[in-house]
Amino acid sequence: MAWNRVGRRMALALAGTVWLAVSGEAGAYPIYVSNEKDNTISVVDSDKLTVVATWKVGRRPRGITLSTDGKWLYVCASDDNRVDVVDTTTGMVVRSLRSGPDPELFVLHPKGNPLYIANENDNMVTVLDVEKNLVLTEVPVGVEPEGMGISPDGTILVNTSETTNMAHFIDTATYKIVANVLVDARPRIAEFSADGKVLWVSSEVGGTVSVIDPASRQITRKIEFKIPGMVPEAIQPVGVRLTKDGKKAFVALGPANRVAVVNAETFEVEKYLLVGQRVWQLAFTPDEKLLISTNGVSNDVSIIDVEAERVVKSVRVGAMPWGVVAGPN
Amino acid sequence: MIPLPSGLFLRAHRSLLLLTLGALTSLLSFMLPVHAQAPQPVDIRIGLITRQLPPPTVFEFDPVPEDVGLAGGRLAVRDNNTTGQFTGHRYSLEEETLEEGQDAVAAARSLVARGAGFLVVNLPADELLSIADALKGENVVLFNVRAPDDRLRGADCRSNVFHMAPSHAMLTDALAQFLAFKQWRRLFLIVGPQRGDKLYAEAMRRAARKFGLVIAADKPWEFGPLARAKADSPTTAEALVFTRGVDYDIAVVADEAGDFGDYVPFRTADARPVAGTQGLIATTWHPTFEVWGAAQAQSRFQRAADRLMRPLDYQVWMAVRAVGEAVTRNKATDPGEMKKFMSGAGFALPAYKGVSLSFRPWDQQLRQPLLIVQPRFMVSVAPEAGFLHQRTPLDTLGFDQPETACRLQ
Repeated sequence: MAWNRVGRRMALALAGTVWLAVSGEAGAYPIYVSNEKDNTISVVDSDKLTVVATWKVGRRPRGITLSTDGKWLYVCASDDNRVDVVDTTTGMVVRSLRSGPDPELFVLHPKGNPLYIANENDNMVTVLDVEKNLVLTEVPVGVEPEGMGISPDGTILVNTSETTNMAHFIDTATYKIVANVLVDARPRIAEFSADGKVLWVSSEVGGTVSVIDPASRQITRKIEFKIPGMVPEAIQPVGVRLTKDGKKAFVALGPANRVAVVNAETFEVEKYLLVGQRVWQLAFTPDEKLLISTNGVSNDVSIIDVEAERVVKSVRVGAMPWGVVAGPN
Repeated sequence: MIPLPSGLFLRAHRSLLLLTLGALTSLLSFMLPVHAQAPQPVDIRIGLITRQLPPPTVFEFDPVPEDVGLAGGRLAVRDNNTTGQFTGHRYSLEEETLEEGQDAVAAARSLVARGAGFLVVNLPADELLSIADALKGENVVLFNVRAPDDRLRGADCRSNVFHMAPSHAMLTDALAQFLAFKQWRRLFLIVGPQRGDKLYAEAMRRAARKFGLVIAADKPWEFGPLARAKADSPTTAEALVFTRGVDYDIAVVADEAGDFGDYVPFRTADARPVAGTQGLIATTWHPTFEVWGAAQAQSRFQRAADRLMRPLDYQVWMAVRAVGEAVTRNKATDPGEMKKFMSGAGFALPAYKGVSLSFRPWDQQLRQPLLIVQPRFMVSVAPEAGFLHQRTPLDTLGFDQPETACRLQ
């Protein structure tokens, strides 16, 4: 694709620019990236912005998250039908958890347990006690469950189903579905604001982000993206992250190779940041100074300065980077 | 009776609370069919007409599975029902497999009489047209999942038929785009004896003109079904010299039955690749296709049917899913209403192709990307980059609005 070649060149040019502002200021955080095609985790140091370690995990690692203390890294090993637990001090898989078949994405309860896992092939959300390695229950949801979001108070779990095209609201006390909100095609990610008052759901094929009021379970706003010179089909929103102050949102746009910067108060798209190819997932460092995007086709991650809204570096990782999370220490 | 999610509802205003409770009750009642006052889910009946395959007359290396197409429909009904449990719809698939000599129109009428508002038709063009004409004026929507004939999207189009199967024009345009992208411009067209082969070849000639390719040679195949000759001595002289003395980049075989297309690769006089209906082909599905979530559909299908998904399975899956998608979005189940909705701008079918698929309003053909594949691997996806269109790049494949001969009534 001719455009991609140009985009790639620009991304490389950006990557070459010297990066001064953040390094040195913030403490160094480990950034963990799951590489879907080579069954590894790349560990990037947020200070040096280089890969400092590569760890082996189960097959087709996708969703990735950390225990609240940052000691354990949970990795969906989709093709091994399990969740691997990696000791972040040694990089070794110390346990494997019963995730149900084909785990893709998950979210940890704000208190650190249980883990809510989307079983993509099984139309199920598995609720797993991570300490006892015990499946507490399975909640039947729509076809191809993927996105998992949990309200900050932990009472409502939201799962998106890619082929049913719904956001399912699940009461975490009863494990019953209490609402289903129909959104645009292929919803990928559900993300609550820090105050729990707004839920963002990205629709990859529909090309939109639905902003949902979790109290009324109604869509209050649909965000659309327009990039000059790009066909609408290439704009495929996936990853969504909101700053804790509720002011900014970042939306990864897949094959558009861009991350949109959205004003989270007015819902206007303010800027598009050029990153690597096929950008899917996003994660902040704990201090929210950096945002990291996984670029599946160019096999790198883009490091974004959140304050300056600028891409400061591309870091080459493993084959087909999918998920990303940054640890506190 | 109804479990009250703690906290969240209690903060709400009283009227809102009642409203929410009402919504919750109706929702839960769909999920718990034993509930005393549970409203019955709305039934949507889909018929699937197919014809029993005659056993192959000669050796078949890769036999067509008996449930081809059907297995795709069964999976789609399951997918629809998973969604239906949240929306209050219940889908069923009634399969009608015709035996030799059995009348397709009578079978279609019987399915309609039993309440099917949607018919998935896995039959050749002539039989599809007889059914469409017999059911004209009835409140039934037909889906063509098999017949690639361009005339069904042109002079012989029918307003009660939606086409899930790509047309000959789409298949050959997709291939021609790839060949143009590779700069393999001089084609040696080898045309089989059957009617469909001639139609495919005609579409290929048109595609070549459209994308600036050259037909360097155009010859009929006259050596019989050599690709099916199990113990063929590899010295069929005429076939081996057939490709001599032609200056071309790639051979394009037109052989829908698979009688000789696979005989040609590596038997050409010069070292030339082969494309068309065998070799490198344009199609809707392939076992090595796994991007855009296709991997999930592949494994879901394989678990359900215990075999790999074939293009016909996918085309039936799309037809049944199109009904589900239209019902969920439009919240109506009347076939007439749904027909209007499906041909409008509001309809979008996600089908693992990275973009939403929709119907062309001028001929009701599903616009869709096509896979360019060799037998064991995916090679590319058409439309190729750089083939632009004012509406959508998907409309570079097949007959566009200004050139259509279809007059829908």
